[in-house]
Amino acid sequence: MSDTNSPGQPDSGNSGELSWPEYLTGGESRGAVPPGAQAAEPEGHARPRRVIGTPPPAAARTLLATDGGASREAARELPAEPDDPRRAKRVEKIVAACFIVAGLSGLAFMVFYGTIGVGSITNVLHSNLALGGSMALMFLLLGIGAVLWVRHLMPTVEMAEDRHPMAATPQERAAFKETFQQGAEASQFVKRPIIRRSLIAATIPMAVAPIFLLRDMGPLPGTSLDTTVWRKGLRLLVYGTGRPITAAEFNSPGALISVGPEGYLENDNAMAKAAVSLIKFRPGELVYGPPARPGGPSVRNKVVPNWTVDNIVAYSKICTHLGCPAALYEQTTHRILCPCHQSTFLATEGARVIFGPATRALPQLPIGVDSEGYLIATGPFNEPVGPSFWERS
Amino acid sequence: MSWITARRRHPAAGYLVVAFVLVLIGTAYAVITGGSASASSPVSANSAQIAQGRNLFLEDCATCHGMFAQGVSGQAPGLIGVGAAAVDFQVSTGRMPAAKLGAENPRKPPRLTPSQTRAVAAYIQSLGGGPPIPSAAQVSTYGANVGLGQQLFVANCAACHNFVGAGGTLTDGKYAPALTQSTPTQIYEAMLTGPEAMPVFNDLTVTPQEKRDIIAYVTQVRALPNPGGFSLGRIGPVTEGLVAFLGLLFFMVLAALWITAKHGKAHE
Amino acid sequence: MSVERALEGAGTFLDDRLHAARGVRVLLRKVFPDHWSFLLGEIILYSFIILLLTGTFLTLWFQPSMTDVIYHGSYIPLRGVRMSEAYASTLNISFDVRGGLLIRQIHHWAADLFMAAIMAHMIRVFFTGAYRKPREINWLIGIVLFTLGMFEGLFGYSLPDDLLSGAGLRITEGILQSLPIVGTYLAFFLFGGPFPGHLIIPRLYILHVLVIPGLILALVTVHLFLMFHQKHTQMPGKGRTNTNVVGAPMYPYFMAKTGAFFFFTFAALALAATFTQINPIWLYGPYNPVAMSAGSQPDFYMGALEGSLRMFPAWQWVMFGHTWAFNVFVPALLPLGIVFGGAAIWPFLEQWITGDRSEHHLNDRPRNAPTRTALGIAMITFYGVLWAEGANDIIANHLDIPLYTTTWIARVAWLVAPILAYIITKRICLGLQRKDRHLLEHGVETGIIRQLPGGEFIEETRPVDEEALAVLTSRTLPPPPPALEAAEGEVPPPGMRGALGKVRERLYNVVTESIPLPDSHGNGHGNGHTLEAVGADEHDQPSLPAGSGQSDGGNQH
Repeated sequence: MSDTNSPGQPDSGNSGELSWPEYLTGGESRGAVPPGAQAAEPEGHARPRRVIGTPPPAAARTLLATDGGASREAARELPAEPDDPRRAKRVEKIVAACFIVAGLSGLAFMVFYGTIGVGSITNVLHSNLALGGSMALMFLLLGIGAVLWVRHLMPTVEMAEDRHPMAATPQERAAFKETFQQGAEASQFVKRPIIRRSLIAATIPMAVAPIFLLRDMGPLPGTSLDTTVWRKGLRLLVYGTGRPITAAEFNSPGALISVGPEGYLENDNAMAKAAVSLIKFRPGELVYGPPARPGGPSVRNKVVPNWTVDNIVAYSKICTHLGCPAALYEQTTHRILCPCHQSTFLATEGARVIFGPATRALPQLPIGVDSEGYLIATGPFNEPVGPSFWERS
Repeated sequence: MSWITARRRHPAAGYLVVAFVLVLIGTAYAVITGGSASASSPVSANSAQIAQGRNLFLEDCATCHGMFAQGVSGQAPGLIGVGAAAVDFQVSTGRMPAAKLGAENPRKPPRLTPSQTRAVAAYIQSLGGGPPIPSAAQVSTYGANVGLGQQLFVANCAACHNFVGAGGTLTDGKYAPALTQSTPTQIYEAMLTGPEAMPVFNDLTVTPQEKRDIIAYVTQVRALPNPGGFSLGRIGPVTEGLVAFLGLLFFMVLAALWITAKHGKAHE
Repeated sequence: MSVERALEGAGTFLDDRLHAARGVRVLLRKVFPDHWSFLLGEIILYSFIILLLTGTFLTLWFQPSMTDVIYHGSYIPLRGVRMSEAYASTLNISFDVRGGLLIRQIHHWAADLFMAAIMAHMIRVFFTGAYRKPREINWLIGIVLFTLGMFEGLFGYSLPDDLLSGAGLRITEGILQSLPIVGTYLAFFLFGGPFPGHLIIPRLYILHVLVIPGLILALVTVHLFLMFHQKHTQMPGKGRTNTNVVGAPMYPYFMAKTGAFFFFTFAALALAATFTQINPIWLYGPYNPVAMSAGSQPDFYMGALEGSLRMFPAWQWVMFGHTWAFNVFVPALLPLGIVFGGAAIWPFLEQWITGDRSEHHLNDRPRNAPTRTALGIAMITFYGVLWAEGANDIIANHLDIPLYTTTWIARVAWLVAPILAYIITKRICLGLQRKDRHLLEHGVETGIIRQLPGGEFIEETRPVDEEALAVLTSRTLPPPPPALEAAEGEVPPPGMRGALGKVRERLYNVVTESIPLPDSHGNGHGNGHTLEAVGADEHDQPSLPAGSGQSDGGNQH
């Protein structure tokens, strides 16, 4: 079969009257182009080889066929009749039916749009079904019709088109180089270094200046990541209801509630760092130890005793991995788990990390009670909460 | 499960669920007011019921929890002081009596009848008090603030139970169950007693009214039809990604195969 | 006839002004090869068009604002809840705009299909070697488009400001913060201050609706132009050579088929949007920094990143008074860096190893490039492990595997599975090559058993047909490296000297490992010389022929 000189056209062996002109074939056919299809190269191609799609000279300036005269039959590239006329007749009806129903579906879409309202879940459900269904049917039938059309009505053809190396010929390259050099010389760019250098020097500020414009996109972080709004005396309010809470109310062992600082519950910027989980333990469950060195790396793995009230401990809810609320708490195993990346903290031992990608314990908020018995913060966190950052030491 | 989720978006589903919940509330109300003596005040629970409960306890529970509900170390916790609510939750959801010891006791059809359950609950309540079974009025979601329920739910419950209560995984094979079958009473009891790994939300921290708000949110959202079509389990983008590959991309590949399939013999 | 006259009138009008007839006629007859896998790229194009259309619709109502509002719309469970205007307007689109939910769902499904099709298309191009010279530029553009698509998707699903997308932004902020030296500055600049601020949604909005789509559109245009200019690759087959394109002409065949395919894409997305709910933000609720849901996931194309963050060990050092959060920035950058960076340099690495700098227009069958195929499968496995780990909580919950076990499986599989995949794939490829060789040598088994005069039974075989023969012998191997040709004792050529040369020689042996074709097919079936014959008189370096024949010969000993 196809050796290196094989015609580009498959099944060339049994060529009938519709056989491709030889100009469709490989390189060896050069010069064997039939007269009727004398090569008329598209622009830019130097070799006298006929390429698919290039018109014979006579038709070169005609966009559309003016008449299907006998003179064109010889040069016909695409057959005009389907492979199987009887089948085509049948498929024609199916295709038309597809298109008609597709059109009706489009009409139905408009009718549904006008008749089905929205504004309630049930309405939206019906509207979505009706609009989407009619829209899908319309597109599906258009697609099916078009495929049936192309498969059964259009005659099957297979054409071969030649490729040319992407690289230009050496002559072309040389010509390009010459043109380019002439331009460079004419521009005096090479000959006048002072212009060249000053222009290059000028582009550097030009490129840097826009970056300056971005400076005001945000304030500098400064030390704002080190602190939260918690300070001595702020009451712990239950998130959602905004109620303060006493130690006596929060008295069920295994209890958990999300709290925030008084006055900041609806302040997302503040809550993004200040959210706290309040957890009540049974007596004897907590493992106590001293606080970590303020400002130092948090290797604390004990609960600070005088930061608790009656076995109630307040931990930052912001995961030290990537800042998601570490909100999943198993009261049997005392594990606090962050649903985002499953960092797990052991609540009885100062929320130290026992699994997952987080490296630091959840910071513990010092809490006490005020004169009315409500739980308050007795100071800020003594370390930055949330994810690690460069300036954190 | 999937049968239910698939039909949730049916127009009638909303009415059905509302009707179902109404019937449920009605039944629960009838049941609980029937046994109101035991529910509202353990002290006044009638002694016959407590005796029945004790017998049932000895039959079904004492093997693990001990003859006097004192618990067996390493096997089952003591039940003195857990209250009727805890018993009602565990037994009415079928978790107790447990079939086998596992990381998590699954929900299954309850083994005891409602009246038997109440009897055991009354017996446990008589041993050491604890939270009682909430009354129908306590779990009624009539006039609840659903929006507040949403905020409380996502802040305190969704981390384990997922944003609509579809459930989620915990560590070591435990899981937070889906809330799709939980009755309002069971949800209330779960918050009150903190079954298994679940934290406790007592009535002073999350007031009964706020509990009703949470219950209203959970029951209202789970009863909602899915206006966009099949819910895909309401568990977020993972199932969506599967559909994108196994549904959409697969469909497109089939279309591509059909469009490019060889047909007929090439004209020459 | 009047139609014809009208067309001719229009044609004349245009041609008088544009001189279009000649060029357009070439265009109409341009040949496109047919193979189902060539349509994977079209899915991307059409999903992108649908994304532009539906996205424009959504912007008519969407409010990219983080101003707090109290919701009073049609979705009853959230009435009275404080939320951003962005979230409220998304609820409005979903419940109060006719067709709004449908278009929103089509938009999101189209984004998913866009990314899924990019992956499938990239895999097709890789395994068939269609990225080889002269198409390296298009391969690189494709990788950039993949990355842009990821960001476009991330920013897009962040816009509604729901609980899951807010968590995604929080994680984005955490990753930015973790970067050494510049981290906190980048985070503060992006968010306009501390998280979440009031600027991130408007900023992501303009990136999502203008900047990134503009870049994607520009790159898609270049991508398509290059594909058009370089002509599409084709699968091996009878009559298909490295110097031709066999297929159907663009007009009417390709136009009809691709039009039909556009309709199918739209139909698939409309069907998905009608019957499957996607991103039900009303169920997630508005973002609030205190709340998080179980099973929180990103969209699937960010899943590998998520998994990588989940499984990476907790490594973090404090050095020189600064925090090096290796547990964040390494998994955020490294694994995807390996995948994308590896994909980007592979075409050039392969060229350097094999020394094959010729043009390739005839696609490889994956089995015929065992090392490449094995590397590709290893990379997919690598990505797949990360991806699955990104959904490990869902997997743990639904397959009853303990949560930590899934993480440990991923931590081991991340390293082991790609290696196993490589070895197994390579063996399979070589086995398939042996099967091909067997077919060529012994022909196709016919099932007819014949008894020889001596009493022996044999099964009759017939030679493979021409189409199969063309496919089976379509192998193209690179020329042997110079060092292999240099005789003992001679000085090897410059490229093969020193340690680097040794590495190259070793890699060459790995990359070109294959089962040789039988002798009778070693030459003459490569179809490789046609253009060489054409171009020999004009080109000093015949770059086009893949030279399958000669290189096969070189490898047969």
